[in-house]
Amino acid sequence: MIKVTNLHKSFGEIKAVRGISFEVHDGEITGLLGPNGAGKTTTLRMLYSLLPPDEGEIRIDGLDPGKDAMAIKRTLGVVPDNRGLYTRLTARENIAYYGTLHGMSRAEIDSRIEALVETLDMSDFIERRTEGFSQGQRVKVAIARAMVHQPQTVIMDEPSNGLDVMSTRALRRYILGLKAAGHSVVLSTHIMQEVVALCDRIIIIAKGKIVANGTAEELLQQSSCDSLEDAFVHLIGTEEGLLA
Amino acid sequence: MSGLGTIYRKEIRENLRDRRSLFNSVLLGPILFPILFIGLGYFAASKQQERAEQVLEVPVVGAEYAPNLVAFLAQQGVLVQPAPEDPESLVRSQQVPVIIRIPEYYPEQWKQGKPAVVEIIADPSRRESETPIRRVRSLLLAYGAQIGQLRLQLRGVSPSIRTAIMVKDVDLSTPQSRGMLVMIMLPYVLMITAFTGGMHLAIDSTAGEKERKSLEPLLINPVPRWQIMLGKMSATATFSFASLVLTLLSFRFAFPLLPTGALGVDLNLGAMAIGGILLAVAPVVVLAAAMLTTLAALAKSLREAQSYMGLVFMIPMIPSIIFMVNPVTPVTWMMSIPMFSQNLLIGEFVRGESVPLLWLSLSMGSTLLIGLAFAAIAATLFNRPRIVFSS
Repeated sequence: MIKVTNLHKSFGEIKAVRGISFEVHDGEITGLLGPNGAGKTTTLRMLYSLLPPDEGEIRIDGLDPGKDAMAIKRTLGVVPDNRGLYTRLTARENIAYYGTLHGMSRAEIDSRIEALVETLDMSDFIERRTEGFSQGQRVKVAIARAMVHQPQTVIMDEPSNGLDVMSTRALRRYILGLKAAGHSVVLSTHIMQEVVALCDRIIIIAKGKIVANGTAEELLQQSSCDSLEDAFVHLIGTEEGLLA
Repeated sequence: MSGLGTIYRKEIRENLRDRRSLFNSVLLGPILFPILFIGLGYFAASKQQERAEQVLEVPVVGAEYAPNLVAFLAQQGVLVQPAPEDPESLVRSQQVPVIIRIPEYYPEQWKQGKPAVVEIIADPSRRESETPIRRVRSLLLAYGAQIGQLRLQLRGVSPSIRTAIMVKDVDLSTPQSRGMLVMIMLPYVLMITAFTGGMHLAIDSTAGEKERKSLEPLLINPVPRWQIMLGKMSATATFSFASLVLTLLSFRFAFPLLPTGALGVDLNLGAMAIGGILLAVAPVVVLAAAMLTTLAALAKSLREAQSYMGLVFMIPMIPSIIFMVNPVTPVTWMMSIPMFSQNLLIGEFVRGESVPLLWLSLSMGSTLLIGLAFAAIAATLFNRPRIVFSS
């Protein structure tokens, strides 16, 4: 459960986020959709308390990132835009490192990794060093690393970036599984099909502001368009940064 | 604090798997420097010996004016060469290191019992001609002294009357304190090692983390940022310290291989000396780790961080070079100067002196204080968004 009210963030002259408010419910997948540079990543970075907002309020399960950053970090699982694996460590060691940072015991980590290897189909490469991993393998490790402590809220920044069709399908299945298990999922993307395939609720961001917020049907009604793609173009008022 | 420990163990493990990192901390200091020492030692010793034993070939100008002197020189093993055309230019062009010239008024001065002039033509600013010049001079003085004694005896005077005072050297230097080469170089090498040992890890764990884009995911974990920084610094310090221990041990085994007889040096690094040196240099390791981590964290990329490291090298070099150029007698107040005091202390330990506890604690305390101040600055660095997102 995430509640964001009137979020603002500037970097010098650039106003990256200008008054964003939305809610994310448990058991739902919420998509932040917008062209490149719309402010999606900045919004997410504020959510996982890496950046302090200039103005506005964030509550994650009732917690304030400004005050309870550590508590929030324990309930969050984040797959950031930057995957950043350690190439001299094996996939297992990469995942276990994060488990230890979350204060998990050796035994807990081992059994958790076994489960993740199963769900994410990583048995072929779990003991290999991550040097030279494919994009798909890297994303899987990054997801497993983010999920090792079984977080309630999951945030993914462009999770399917650079994945091939097979990996993308596997990733979507996994995200739908999270939803079924009652997690709340936030993902940012600029890929239309992803939104259609996954999201219960779509938040369209352009130039640091929310231009639309609702289910796919509501967005179609609101824009009086036939396809979601047309609705997207209509709502942000440009085709810039759009990827079918 | 468990976060700190986790970060620390991961950095150590990851860097133990990194060949470049291992090369920097294990190979470079501990193996290369002692080999360099032994090599230089042998080279210097053999050169010195060579020059001392070489047959001295000296051209003599005006040999006909002093046949007895020339005969004396030949008797002493000097190969007297015929006179060249232009002695000065011969020496200037370095074809001959030294030439003796006996002026034509020599016989007259000799007969009158006045000091007869003999010239040594040489260029003492050329270091390689130092030994031949010294040998020629001492031979000429010996001849002069011999003749002088004979003249006194002929006049019925005891030759000892000329010797108004007799200077006698009472040598208090222990065999250890004569190891000049080692004495000067060892502190320098150890101070550099304190910095180079952890350098690669410092860069890899900060600028490298940024370049691999793994810093952002790392910071999302529920570990305070100062603990992350301190974990990285501790790992850097550990590598530096390990490198120091290895360097000292390899010097310990290298010392007996040094040509000590030739240099008149008998140095050894006992367990006590090694322990003392490690104790004295340990705070430098803390200071080095904090400085390296701070600089590397400020850099945007690995490349930028590496370019800063040249600068870092200057820091331990400056005090060591000051000490090399201007060796001073250790005084208590000097022990409060970080990096310089360690140079003095290492010297004392290697010379086998007992080091006052006050000196040791003053040196350790002052260096540790600065080191911790730097560490405190470094610990806050990851709180700045500009540093986290700069790449």
